[in-house]
Amino acid sequence: MSTEQRIDEIVKGNDVVLFMKGTPLFPQCGFSSRAVAILERLGVEYASVDVLQDMEIRQGIKGYSDWPTIPQLYVKGEFVGGSDIMMEMFEAGELAELMEEAQVKPA
Amino acid sequence: MAMAAGDIEAMIRAALPDAQVTITDLAGDGDHYAAHVVSPAFAGLSRVAQHKAVYAALGGRMGGVLHALQLTTAAPK
Repeated sequence: MSTEQRIDEIVKGNDVVLFMKGTPLFPQCGFSSRAVAILERLGVEYASVDVLQDMEIRQGIKGYSDWPTIPQLYVKGEFVGGSDIMMEMFEAGELAELMEEAQVKPA
Repeated sequence: MAMAAGDIEAMIRAALPDAQVTITDLAGDGDHYAAHVVSPAFAGLSRVAQHKAVYAALGGRMGGVLHALQLTTAAPK
């Protein structure tokens, strides 16, 4: 399976998935840590992928979404943004709305 | 490897000449920046598209030499 296919399966197989550096318990980068904190505050169920454990995904995810940085959030197969966009949307109440519209399960 | 705040601003302005660009050196170390970019070109674009326009202006440096750039974008109100 190609890296793109693997990423595609992860993105489409999870309602909410965060590609990040480290894990939710031990984030390895401030931006990933911020993204986790936002998802925890929203109280939604989410999957996470530690790109530091998989160099192919680490590189591949950037091409997949045409987005140069990590973390990256996907909801229902759609790329939502990185941590800055997540923060802007969270503060505006838009991220909670998006989760509600997507009928994401609570954590 | 870091970039000077003035270089970041110049690159964004070169691609988006009518943009207002505000760069803040967050840690005072010339490596962790916040950029706020306001441009009429962003009108009607999604946040993802607005951010991509700025990343394109930075010509592939984002995620490379520019690791830590917090970015916020907006169209003028």
